[in-house]
Amino acid sequence: MSPDLFGDPVLVWLGPFPLTRTMVTSAAISAILIVVAALLARAILRRDDSRMAALGRLTFRFLRDLVRDAAGEEWPALEAFAGSLFLFIAAAAVVGQLPGVPAPTSNLAATSALAVLVFLAVPLAGIRARGVGGYFKHYLKPNPLLLPLHIISELSRTVALSLRLFGNMMSGHLVVALIVALAGFFVPVPLMALDLLIGLLQAYIFTILASVYVGAAIRVGEES
Amino acid sequence: MTAQSILALGSILTAGFTMAVGAVGAALGESRIGAAGMDALARQPDEAGAITRNQFVALAMVESTAIFCLVISLVLLFANPYVSGGG
Repeated sequence: MSPDLFGDPVLVWLGPFPLTRTMVTSAAISAILIVVAALLARAILRRDDSRMAALGRLTFRFLRDLVRDAAGEEWPALEAFAGSLFLFIAAAAVVGQLPGVPAPTSNLAATSALAVLVFLAVPLAGIRARGVGGYFKHYLKPNPLLLPLHIISELSRTVALSLRLFGNMMSGHLVVALIVALAGFFVPVPLMALDLLIGLLQAYIFTILASVYVGAAIRVGEES
Repeated sequence: MTAQSILALGSILTAGFTMAVGAVGAALGESRIGAAGMDALARQPDEAGAITRNQFVALAMVESTAIFCLVISLVLLFANPYVSGGG
């Protein structure tokens, strides 16, 4: 038995560009999320006391408090960014429970793309908050000798972010697949519930870590 | 035994060993986090939200070392670049 854990099956070739399963599922999740968010926003604007509006408010408040507590700062762009990350990863974990549809986050390329987004958001937020000089000066503190360590820490936490999400999501599916092969129907149901819990927890943790990293970049130089 | 089968045997043994050693470290660390979290919850029940949140984040950070070991052992088993049968 040699399951294809690290590859990504190509569905269609669009000329020279492959259209893989991960691309299709992640695009579909994004489209569903955008439609649902638009419906919730319309409900809030039109009928303020409806259940849809309450759901939209609750979701927004949950994400805003989550990001604000982790980043320690009011920063609407960060709330939108980290909240979108949470919604995408959580929706991917839920979609991954459907039969035959693996979560896009159980692909290393997809999780690496999410981690690279966080990696790029850190200096962007820092430069927007502190200016180019103010942000990049912190790489030379407390001593210019520590510059390589700063760079290594940024790179290694990006790799850790992507590998943590990938490993958790992929291992859950692997365990469920093994139990299905060994025991058959209904036995893997508790493990699927555990997989769903782990997926939602990983979305929470990814969001908190992204908020902490960006929040630290925003607050660069405040302590000195 | 051919060179390929020796490589495969080594990969399988190393995958099991990686997972065993990696799981021990993460288990010890997570047990300490759990104990410290319970202790903090018993002392300050009012701060339950913040304690639980930070505890989950710390658990995920420690857990990720075991996940790295899992990824490495899965690479050894299913995507090994040196064994012609795998990957």
